[in-house]
Amino acid sequence: MQTSERKKPNYLNAEHTVASWLLTVDHKRIAILYLVSITLMFFIGGLMAGAIRTELLTPAGDLMSSDTYDKAFTLHGIVMVFFFLIPSIPATLGNFLVPLMIGAKDLAFPRLNLLSWYVYIVGATIGIVATVTGGLDTGWTLYTPYSTAYATTNVVLPAIGIFITGFSSILTGLNFIVTIHKMRAPGLTWFRLPLFIWAHYATSIVMVLATPVIAITVLMVVLDRGFGLGIFDPKAGGDPVLFQHLFWFYSHPAVYIMILPAMGVISEVIPCFSKKRIFGYNFIAASSLSIAVIGFFVWGHHLFTTPQSMYAAMAFSIISFAVAVPSAVKTFNWAATMYKGSITFEAPMIYAFGFMGLFLVGGLTGLFLGALGLDLHVHDTYFVVAHFHYIMVGGAIMAYMAGLHFWWPKITGKMYPEGPAKAAALIIFVGFNLTFFPQFLAGYAGMPRRYHYYPPEFQIFNVLSTAGASILGFGYLLPLCYLLWSLRHGREAGPNPWGATGLEWMIDSPPPPHNFDTTPVVNWEPYDYPAAHRDAAKDAVPEAASV
Amino acid sequence: MLLSLSLFPPQASTNAAEVDALYLFLVALCSLTAFGVIAAMTFFAIRYRRRPGNEVGADIHGSTVLEIIWTAIPFVILMFVFAWGASLYFKLSRPPEDAMEVFVVGRQWMWKIQHMEGRREINTLHVPLGKPVKLTMTSEDVIHAFYVPAFRVKADVVPGRYTTLWFQPTQTGEFHLFCAEYCGTEHSRMGGSIIVMQPAEYEAWLAAAPGGGGLPSGGSASLTPVQLGKKLFTEKACATCHLPAPGGVGPVLVGIYGQQVELASGATVKVDEAYIRESILTPLAKVVKGFPPAMPTFGGQLTEEQVMSLIAYVKSLSDGAGSGAAVPAAPAASTPATLAPAN
Repeated sequence: MQTSERKKPNYLNAEHTVASWLLTVDHKRIAILYLVSITLMFFIGGLMAGAIRTELLTPAGDLMSSDTYDKAFTLHGIVMVFFFLIPSIPATLGNFLVPLMIGAKDLAFPRLNLLSWYVYIVGATIGIVATVTGGLDTGWTLYTPYSTAYATTNVVLPAIGIFITGFSSILTGLNFIVTIHKMRAPGLTWFRLPLFIWAHYATSIVMVLATPVIAITVLMVVLDRGFGLGIFDPKAGGDPVLFQHLFWFYSHPAVYIMILPAMGVISEVIPCFSKKRIFGYNFIAASSLSIAVIGFFVWGHHLFTTPQSMYAAMAFSIISFAVAVPSAVKTFNWAATMYKGSITFEAPMIYAFGFMGLFLVGGLTGLFLGALGLDLHVHDTYFVVAHFHYIMVGGAIMAYMAGLHFWWPKITGKMYPEGPAKAAALIIFVGFNLTFFPQFLAGYAGMPRRYHYYPPEFQIFNVLSTAGASILGFGYLLPLCYLLWSLRHGREAGPNPWGATGLEWMIDSPPPPHNFDTTPVVNWEPYDYPAAHRDAAKDAVPEAASV
Repeated sequence: MLLSLSLFPPQASTNAAEVDALYLFLVALCSLTAFGVIAAMTFFAIRYRRRPGNEVGADIHGSTVLEIIWTAIPFVILMFVFAWGASLYFKLSRPPEDAMEVFVVGRQWMWKIQHMEGRREINTLHVPLGKPVKLTMTSEDVIHAFYVPAFRVKADVVPGRYTTLWFQPTQTGEFHLFCAEYCGTEHSRMGGSIIVMQPAEYEAWLAAAPGGGGLPSGGSASLTPVQLGKKLFTEKACATCHLPAPGGVGPVLVGIYGQQVELASGATVKVDEAYIRESILTPLAKVVKGFPPAMPTFGGQLTEEQVMSLIAYVKSLSDGAGSGAAVPAAPAASTPATLAPAN
């Protein structure tokens, strides 16, 4: 008690009222609001995944009706993509860390930041309530003319939910771009920025440029459905395939909204637990930007089986192969960072290893889908389902977990328990692979996605997958338990438990309300672990300083 | 053995082996890459783990040479994979000239199939072994996708336009037909089978119940598409303007299929299934040069099967269509000539 009175107030204990949370403009508190909301979304989406996997245990659709099944996978997709994955890292870790990492007191527009959370909550609530009460059975992709003219379920309200949520993304992106441009501490030049910032900068560009397109697109769906505008209706001279172009013009870059921040997290974690500079800083930073830019021109690879022209398909294919190169470059650089490092294996590093393995598989199987002739066979099968789960769950969520554990001491001031955290990372890794690897095989064997009933020869894959999903589900519950436990019982973290570089580690954990008492002046390179080690040695053994 | 069987669908078309070859190449390439990266990381993790004397990593910034190497090599390999995939795609998207044609109409939730010889079926497609088959497909409602894993082919089936898909079966037997594009409640049961028969058996099957297949189809069941199209051509008074020789209000249709025609706008267009379809349903969209935009629209007045039959008939008026075999189509000019006065 006496010690806490001596301590400076931090952002968590400076104020205690409910209003101080709900009306806060502190980026750190807003990050916590997001963290709580998206965790709820994750478990709603996860529950649906559990329902889907249980149903698919047997070839017959015996657990629920086809309508219910279709609504379950639609809700799973919408919640996971729009309400969990897209905000996940940027809105929680990004919100918390962008100002801290650049030595700023807050984001450029703190009120806009709070507004973006409310916009998100309104959109997500409309989306979920509409989808749960009325049910939506179009799949998260809302393909026309099914969604506009044939679905008898509630398309309009969830579409409005997605429309609204999009603005939260745009506001966050805008806030990050302005903050990163204008609010960096003196001396913190672009090439001294942590790669987490580069990744968020690239992500923000995608958010701001791509999200309006999905907003317009779902609005067109609503107008088409509600007022018979006929944009996507062939009977009125419209084109249903046009929807797919517009949808994927956003939804492919949206994958980069999920994976770029994940790459940013990995670029922080691997150097820290290797106690080494990141290998090829400039190349990793440049690859984030090139992924963001090239990623805008690959949408047509979702349309290889549609009647788009053969030459358009070829262009989209070759650009899709090109966008694989910067991802490969990043992967090689992360691996090379470990070369001659001083490597330790705390939970964030274990999660980062998990990311590397799963992202490798996810990225490499993308090559199968980009190869035109081969895609005609595997398109819309479980091969695709497996591929994008490896990227979006294996990649993005593993990195999110790595980041959450890595910065948990900073966010809460407490250490999570190391043993359970490592065990959870391992269980998630095993459960994930058991769930999704068999789906590659099922897909190549010819099992189409979104099937409630399936031929019995595919059952073996589905049994394995469902077994894996139960392990995976258990794995995801573990962090929920031990992280909450650590809030009360975790040991004090101190400012820099990992010996990490970066401005966020130079202030108290949890940080004070306004982050920095005095604005830091940066005259060092990022990831300067050799210098950090020399400084630490100097402090510990003053006589060694003369060397 | 059992395992390897279940990892691949049957290889039942000329394309299947080629698609599998690319697949296996990529499996090998990707396994090698993944194994290489994971092996390197594992080696580093063990060799450079923290221990006394290794408290901090070496002071390395990076290596431009390495960056160039691991940018250039993947790029070259990826371009090779692209070229392989694209060449396969060309083959898969271009049906051979002599392919036998079948019409397919998808709807929630069934596949309606029309053979040129007149026989119809639902959710089952009989084809002869060893002959290339070209499907011309459209949908009556939402987007579906025609998918035959054993042939490694799939194409979306889109309302309002035609898509095509072709294959050449190399194995007799029964193979899965799936709808691969989510299309509503019964999507997962919108399937059936492709039955590949010996050519002689197939001929026998075609002859067994001409036009039958147990489908109620408004009295025209026994007609082939060309015959039905010819009948419609008369009934809908098409022949009033489309005379067999120049002089009519509309262009002469004899011999027009496959030709380039000049439009009123100055552009040219190839007369294919898509253009004939468009000209029937939205005639004013692309009017042929020198003709008045006078044709009434037939949008909403014809079923997809009727449109397909009309196209089949128009095609039969040109040589080399091959699909008009069921009617005495060769001296095309005489056929409409006998029709025209009837109206």
